[in-house]
Amino acid sequence: MNSPAAVAAPVIPSDLPAELSPIADKLAAGQRLCMDDGRILFAHPDLNAVGALANAAREARHGGRTTFIANRHLNYTNKCAYRCMFCAFRRDGDEPDTVVMQPDFVRAKLRADFPAHVREVHVVGGINPDLPFEYYPRLLATIQDERPDLHIKGFTMIELDHMAQIAEQPVEWVIEQLREAGLASCPGGGAEVLSPRVHKKLYNGKLPPERWLATTRKVHAAGLHTNATMLFGHIETTDERLDHMQAIRQLQDDTGGFLQFIPLVFHPENTPLERLGKTTGLDALRTIAVSRLMLDNVPYIKSYWVMLGIKIAQLAQWYGADDIDGTVLEEHITHDAGGTTPQGLTTSALADLIREAGREPVERDTLYTQLTPCEA
Amino acid sequence: MPSFCDVSQKVQAGERLDPEDALLLLAHPDLPALGRLADLVRRRLHPDGEVTYIVDRNVNYTNVCVTLCKFCAFYRRPGDPEGYDHPAEVIYDKIRETRELGGTQILLQGGHNPDYDIERYEALFTGIKEHAPIHIHGLSPSEILHCCKVSKLPLETVLARMRAAGLDSVPGGGGEILVDRVRKLISPLKTMSDEWLDVMEACHGQGLRTTATMMFGHVETHAERIEHMRRVRELQDRSAGFTAFISWTFQAPHTQMQDTPMSGGADYLRTAAVSRLFIDNIENFQASFVTQGIDMAGVSLHYGMNDLGSVMIEENVVSSAGCECLANIDEMEKQIRAAGFTPRRRNMFYDRVDEQGELQTRHPHPAWAQRSPHGDRRPWDSAEDSAPAQASSGARS
Repeated sequence: MNSPAAVAAPVIPSDLPAELSPIADKLAAGQRLCMDDGRILFAHPDLNAVGALANAAREARHGGRTTFIANRHLNYTNKCAYRCMFCAFRRDGDEPDTVVMQPDFVRAKLRADFPAHVREVHVVGGINPDLPFEYYPRLLATIQDERPDLHIKGFTMIELDHMAQIAEQPVEWVIEQLREAGLASCPGGGAEVLSPRVHKKLYNGKLPPERWLATTRKVHAAGLHTNATMLFGHIETTDERLDHMQAIRQLQDDTGGFLQFIPLVFHPENTPLERLGKTTGLDALRTIAVSRLMLDNVPYIKSYWVMLGIKIAQLAQWYGADDIDGTVLEEHITHDAGGTTPQGLTTSALADLIREAGREPVERDTLYTQLTPCEA
Repeated sequence: MPSFCDVSQKVQAGERLDPEDALLLLAHPDLPALGRLADLVRRRLHPDGEVTYIVDRNVNYTNVCVTLCKFCAFYRRPGDPEGYDHPAEVIYDKIRETRELGGTQILLQGGHNPDYDIERYEALFTGIKEHAPIHIHGLSPSEILHCCKVSKLPLETVLARMRAAGLDSVPGGGGEILVDRVRKLISPLKTMSDEWLDVMEACHGQGLRTTATMMFGHVETHAERIEHMRRVRELQDRSAGFTAFISWTFQAPHTQMQDTPMSGGADYLRTAAVSRLFIDNIENFQASFVTQGIDMAGVSLHYGMNDLGSVMIEENVVSSAGCECLANIDEMEKQIRAAGFTPRRRNMFYDRVDEQGELQTRHPHPAWAQRSPHGDRRPWDSAEDSAPAQASSGARS
């Protein structure tokens, strides 16, 4: 794992409300925030004061830059054995819009839909019981063969754990097989809220929090970076959000393997939880801010525009986020759940959004080894 | 040039900002810092912690228009098969539905239709008032001037007759950017800046309250946005007749200017916050959820906005430009609470009303009371005094 870059001391605005000064003092001294600090940050009425603190932490790490990537999603199947309450993407398998992409199809799709400037493919799918283990390395090998330049960021911990079960092999073995076939890193999905209560209520049957963390630990041990998400705005409490952040922080202390933390707004439409409604942009900005402040050891906080909405993702660059994800180009999981954002944004549209926010757009690769400032 | 710190100190001391201060703020990248400054002023003027909204309906009586603005996707030229001119019954049906949904006001606007002279407008307003007690928040400076032209009558006469026929207040539509260079580019056939302001001043002079709007994010410069705000502020110093300032971003799709890049969320919030800070003599600032979406409207409550505008039962103009973010009352109240404020329904005068539209608390307007020829009265008050009438006297908006 890369050692984290040295972080400058944050420059904290001087006119913040008195209730936040103990937290400001800790930040200035480089001290870690505790659960109670997180509660204060979630409850404080002045969103912009909380935002200003998060922004100080963000600028200390990343200055005025905001990164993005030219990427595209590949949702190889939507057939899924699980019935997570928050999902509108899954199919049983007998619906006419069930998708399973075979290697030939993937090859054709890469030729047709992946422009040359795309440098990352985000590969995730349902837990499809029809697919044998061999399907997965073959999928990656096909991508690798067709587009050797693409960074393959693929498979959540849920998918890796599932593969270990069908292959009757340890996860470490699965990771090795996939790595040989071209896997270069893993996305952060499937973490949902790392809480036994929420797991039981909303995604019982799917990988429980402890195993999500344990699998991630193994991926990091194998030398691959991953991201971590948090799907918020449904039944979870603020304490459960903070527990989630603490669990990520603790694992990161051990492994250093997380690159990005990605707070995701839950989209209820077409899911069994439709009646809950969607949380607000205010809540999204605050949660991003608290994430930046709590996760002092995760280098990057992403505002994923597909789920936040373009405008909130743009504003988030002043509330702790330093990355806005990418061009995406084709996305099904959020859009099946009523997401109204466009299917994709061009790199120049992303750069314009970032500039309008008052940040400097920088195009990155998946592992942040290549950073290219955009020309105005 | 002043620094952000200088301007911030001025705001904290309650001093009026100069155009160059506002220009600096508009270019200041730090959004939370700007938001906190606007929030300071907003809380000073509205210590009650309330955020208001109104239940009303847009009634667009005709889309036939001879003014052909380049930013508009709503109008049809005379003779176009898609042109319409609603018969009175259609309008009455819309009003009945509005009242059934607890709405107390209609926003009555239309194109510059050559068939509409003063008699036509009088018949329209009188018919509505005979049909149902509802507040007519109607027309706009350019429609009023269009009527003067068609009827060959002076402005004062037209306004007096409209008011007598039932016009209760005038929306600030067509403000766009009050700089003639911009108007000549985007709407060369519509009212120029002085005319728009003159009509507003004449309305205020006859006791009609109005709002002021600004449509930005097209061909105007930052300095022209500030000039717009300066002219509105200047008139408000004289007349005190504007109840609210409403800004929104130009919506390009389906207009002749569809290739214009649209302003995003950051530009919207900066401009909204600066309008709150610069226009220190208008009390209420509305968020534009129709153009920004409900999430942004919620966030704007921390950028100086204190009103979410209207829960629109029907909206046609901006929707023609591909923008359909109508929100319902629950969503509005959810955003208001999430921002830490108390939601309250209001009428055009910012009096608080209940779910049926009945008056709860009358909102005082001291500056207007001093300058208006009729004091701080409401259309339903009797002409002699400015005390509220009895609960049975009809519409409360």
